Amino acid sequence: MDRFRMIFQYFQSNSESVMNGICGLLALASVKMYTCFDFSCPCLPRYNMAYGLGIMFVPPVALFLCSLILNRQSLVMLEEWRRPQGCRKKDLAVIRYLCSSIMQRAMVAPVVWIIVSLLDGKCLICAFSSYVDPEKFVGFASASPVQVQQLLAKVPCKDDELMRNNTSRKAVSRYLRCWSQALGWSIMLILIVAVFLARWLRPCFNQATLLQARHWSNYIDIEQKIFEETCCEHSRLFAHKCILHFFESMRQEVKLHSFSLPREGEGAGGEDNLLQGITDQDQVNKLLKMWYYEKPPLDVSQATQR
Amino acid sequence: MDKFRMIFQFLQSNQESFMNGICGIMALASAQMYSAFDFNCPCLPRYNLAYGLGILLVPPFILFLLGFVLNNNISMLAEEWRRPQGQRGKDQAVLRYMFCSMAQRAMIAPAVWVSVTLLDGKCITCAFCTSVPVKTLGNASHPSLSQGEMKRVLARIPCKEIYDGQELIANEVAVRYLRCISQALGWCFVLLMTTLAFLVRSLRPCFTQAAFLKSRYWSHYIDIERKLFDETCAEHARSFAKVCIQQFFEGMSTDLAATRCHPPRKAPADAEEASEKLLGITDQGTMNMALKSWHRCKPPLHLHPPALPSGNGWAGEGQPPTHPPVPQRETAAYYSRV
Repeated sequence: MDRFRMIFQYFQSNSESVMNGICGLLALASVKMYTCFDFSCPCLPRYNMAYGLGIMFVPPVALFLCSLILNRQSLVMLEEWRRPQGCRKKDLAVIRYLCSSIMQRAMVAPVVWIIVSLLDGKCLICAFSSYVDPEKFVGFASASPVQVQQLLAKVPCKDDELMRNNTSRKAVSRYLRCWSQALGWSIMLILIVAVFLARWLRPCFNQATLLQARHWSNYIDIEQKIFEETCCEHSRLFAHKCILHFFESMRQEVKLHSFSLPREGEGAGGEDNLLQGITDQDQVNKLLKMWYYEKPPLDVSQATQR
Repeated sequence: MDKFRMIFQFLQSNQESFMNGICGIMALASAQMYSAFDFNCPCLPRYNLAYGLGILLVPPFILFLLGFVLNNNISMLAEEWRRPQGQRGKDQAVLRYMFCSMAQRAMIAPAVWVSVTLLDGKCITCAFCTSVPVKTLGNASHPSLSQGEMKRVLARIPCKEIYDGQELIANEVAVRYLRCISQALGWCFVLLMTTLAFLVRSLRPCFTQAAFLKSRYWSHYIDIERKLFDETCAEHARSFAKVCIQQFFEGMSTDLAATRCHPPRKAPADAEEASEKLLGITDQGTMNMALKSWHRCKPPLHLHPPALPSGNGWAGEGQPPTHPPVPQRETAAYYSRV
């Protein structure tokens, strides 16, 4: 029991680090997925834009939803938001705090994907190659407008027979890549500055409220974990009692049929206390319903006085 | 017992993470299987579609069934579903909860297979190469071929070495086009799956939280009860066997004492414990006879038999429960009153 308590305490004190760990893993998974993904631009006039921008924005949405799903706190927040008021008032500051912390963590993996794809450049080259100004590039300046569109659309495909040895293709490619990387680095710089300022300036505003919100959001998380554990412990004891009753009833039947001496039942005094007088299905159901509809007030002193 | 209980509690409170771990392993196995699989498009007009769609859809179905098979809780669900009502009512909500949670976990590996297949592009390229829009992508100057001939040529697109329609439509152009469509479908599928999972997870607390808590509790309960019952039966069997064997040896010892007219010698105090464990059998011949007797004529499964004239009877005190062996799972009569 001691060891179990130790492990539990570790998780309690580190639920934030567990979430940060998941966040980091997803960011790494995002980079890995991008490198494993075989980007192949269709090199056709209208398809390029859809493909390029699709690859840049659809996976981040999926990663964002994934982060929300994997984060346990999002469930905690939703439950706290939707529960009936009961005896415990709802604190919107806590819900807001939970929401913002979840969102911040969920945004990491999508932002990593977008930045990596911008720094790599393939997405932007594919999406915008048809939209560069052909006048700037020698090879494309002399062709007719329709031909220019076709040629520019093929720029991302190095191995295409028309583009294989075309130096203007490389020029367009370099030009777009330069823009893409500049955009990538700028976004990264802006984000890091924003995060830095937010963390630095936060203590200047509402620090006390923040401390309270953080404390009570931790509390809600821990309370739910302990409730689940207590339910597990209770169901184990419930099952134990149930099976003992079952064997006892069998014993009674045998006693009726064969007149052998009955054996004394095992004492379960200590466990009776843990069962807390809840010994049948209806009582357990009522307990669970009460827990949801009317959470007890956050005032333990009354419980000890009772 | 304490250590067992600790481990059990740990597993119990982490049963979800254990199942999630298995899920993750199956998903990785699914991706690995796909990369190890040697895809060989037949490059023939009607076979392409069958092969491509078959590779896309049949392995996920197999993985889905495998997900159920590997899940230990499937037998628990089946037992709970088929048991007679007896004194304990059946709760449909619990059965639904158990089934849904198993199905959700079993869906992950097939979804990974389908996503990886679509993002890779080979299956769709193979399956739909005969449907490439030749008019828009192909060379307009090429003389038109008959439908059958065109299909035959297009079917060879995935097989670059034997493709002979370069003048009709360039191989790279067609492959890029099909791949783009396939990857777009793949990402849409991934987005759809994650959106569905997100909705399922986030709408639950808004609507059915109380019912969910109830179902979850009782499904855990059923699992724990089953395990504890097995454990109790095993303990019982152990005690039963111990008493049975003890009675057998005591019977043998009494027999020997009767045949040899030796009063059972009282061992000196310091060696008492050891000689008690010997149960009165102290030489090779006697031991051999005991073993032979055990093999040829096992004692009845009935502790406390009535006092019989034969030497094998024993009417002493037994240990725990004296009723017949492991109770069988028969009908309602044996269900707990709780």
